Amino acid sequence: MTNSIGDIEEADCILITGSNTTSSHPLIADRVYRAKENGARVIVADPRRIHIAHIADVHVQQRLGTDVALLNGIMHVILEQGWQDQEFIAQRCEGFQALRDTVKQYPPSTVEEITGVPAQDIERIAEIYARAEAASILYCMGITQHTTGVDNVKSLANLAMLTGNLGRPGTGVNPLRGQNNVQGACDMGGLPNVFSGYQQVANSDANNKFASAWQADLPDKPGLTIPDMMAGLEDGSVQGLFVLGENPVMSDPDADHVGKALQKARFLAVQDIFLTETAQMAHVVLPGVSFAEKDGTFTNTERRVMRVRQAVDPVGDARQDWEIIQQLSNRLGYPLDYSSPQEIMQEIAGLTPSYGGITYDRLEGHGLQWPCPDSEHPGTKILHQERIARGLGLFHAVEYQPPAESVDEKYPYWLTTGRIYTHYHTGSMTRNSPTLEREAPEGWMEIHPQEAQKLGVSTNDRVRIVSRRGSVEAAAFVTEDINPGTVFISFHFAESNANILTNPATDPVAKIPEYKVCAVSLEKAA
Amino acid sequence: MEYKNILTTCTYCGCGCNFYLENLDGSLTGTIPCKTSPVNEGKLCIKGWNAHEFVQSDQRLTSPLIRREGKLVPVSWEEALDYTASELSSIRSEHGPDSLAFLASAKATNEENFLFQKFVRAGVGTNNIDHCARL
Repeated sequence: MTNSIGDIEEADCILITGSNTTSSHPLIADRVYRAKENGARVIVADPRRIHIAHIADVHVQQRLGTDVALLNGIMHVILEQGWQDQEFIAQRCEGFQALRDTVKQYPPSTVEEITGVPAQDIERIAEIYARAEAASILYCMGITQHTTGVDNVKSLANLAMLTGNLGRPGTGVNPLRGQNNVQGACDMGGLPNVFSGYQQVANSDANNKFASAWQADLPDKPGLTIPDMMAGLEDGSVQGLFVLGENPVMSDPDADHVGKALQKARFLAVQDIFLTETAQMAHVVLPGVSFAEKDGTFTNTERRVMRVRQAVDPVGDARQDWEIIQQLSNRLGYPLDYSSPQEIMQEIAGLTPSYGGITYDRLEGHGLQWPCPDSEHPGTKILHQERIARGLGLFHAVEYQPPAESVDEKYPYWLTTGRIYTHYHTGSMTRNSPTLEREAPEGWMEIHPQEAQKLGVSTNDRVRIVSRRGSVEAAAFVTEDINPGTVFISFHFAESNANILTNPATDPVAKIPEYKVCAVSLEKAA
Repeated sequence: MEYKNILTTCTYCGCGCNFYLENLDGSLTGTIPCKTSPVNEGKLCIKGWNAHEFVQSDQRLTSPLIRREGKLVPVSWEEALDYTASELSSIRSEHGPDSLAFLASAKATNEENFLFQKFVRAGVGTNNIDHCARL
């Protein structure tokens, strides 16, 4: 997030898109409700009438994968009405003319045809967002999990910069990170191209700095992303895979295909807390510990580094994950000798400028938000305050492109996927929590009454959902909260695994798969 | 009987709510939301209120496992670590470090992820490390 969670309450307008905030980030939704009580206007752009849409001043249900067109339409109206922040654009941004030329091609009438959103709603959104004193954008994987994911995010940044909604309280472009420490895993260099703090492996200064600190020759060619690893397993260029606390058999698109790729691995090691679908395929399984059994830190979606503290002894013979990694490294001839997670944090701070001022002592209380470059720095609540981090904010002129897969005669329905309130990801934790499992023991498919009638199905009837990749069965849930022609299932349940259906086509830059759009056919199951 | 409360950070979504885990004689019995947390200010969602439940589940892995004749069977830590290291070593010496790939974790701590990428880049010698940020 460019801004902070508490800061959402400072907004006069909150635009939520591609985030089922109430289900996926309940305590951030809480801030939106409070802002609404204080008089903020709320705009929700989501193909489903999600819970938070019920408090929206405007809710629009764009067709799947048409976000760029919708955002260009909103910017078209803003520019036509002269509601842009000319001073902010002139002083702090570049590339404005190209953006202006592009969005000129997206009048509300054209955008209505592409997105299905009525032209007057596009005009209302433009007016509410652009004329607010402070407007905040909240988005999540409904924006990013597309073959145009990067374009979608750039379009949101365009909208914020166009109206000067950056670098002040109550503004910003705020991605809500899905996992407790996905921010931290990225910050720490759990990515093929960067060390911790996004220092490039291919940059010789950065590479030399880490090589000298770690006393090792370090490869300078960026490594493989997950989709490339799977392709490598298939063609034999990758022979061994080591998985730390992930479940790709459930979580990756086109799951049947991922399962086949993993079967080809000469060696598969999994370090986890449960015997996940992926661990079941492994040659060796190493039992690590859960959050409640370890010390360390997590970094949340607002860049706040916070302490995790051991509350209970590890179960059975499970071992601290950092010790397992260290013991493996020692056996591979690269000795590591840390005595505690705290000692590892000291090395992180020494090598990672944005974490430079972070120590366990300073994290007592409220934690610290990075960038926190030195031991006196109080942390950073709002990014891009005096200037935009890259110098000038760059407008990207982005054209709408349709999703990778479209509906046709054989697969006439759009399918989108997401999280539900009581469960989390592949369910390895929540489905092993009796209270949560009791709340929602199986997955369901949301479908509009018009379509349900055509298929002759009622709520709780079994439906077979078929895509070009595979098929699953789920119980129907008939609801007007979804557009006719579109259906939804969650991705938590191995018995009706959404990712058997999803399309592995990826965004060309971010390599993020298009989980949120694919074409399916439906039939009533026997 | 011994009862303790330990302040920590939730393991589910990216909000990062703070709560106390209740430990009664070594069993986790509940969570108590932290009122002074700048994130959740004393509230929790249904997942947070029940975040202690899976920790001591009888489905947890309690011993290293190695596949023998198609089945995963319990083994000692020594054996599991030796086997893992020797498989990684032999693939590396036959096909080079880039024939190995590693998935880091959005569930693991900063310290674990940092150490893991250090192990992968410096210890194994490849940049083939990624995690589910895209997923």
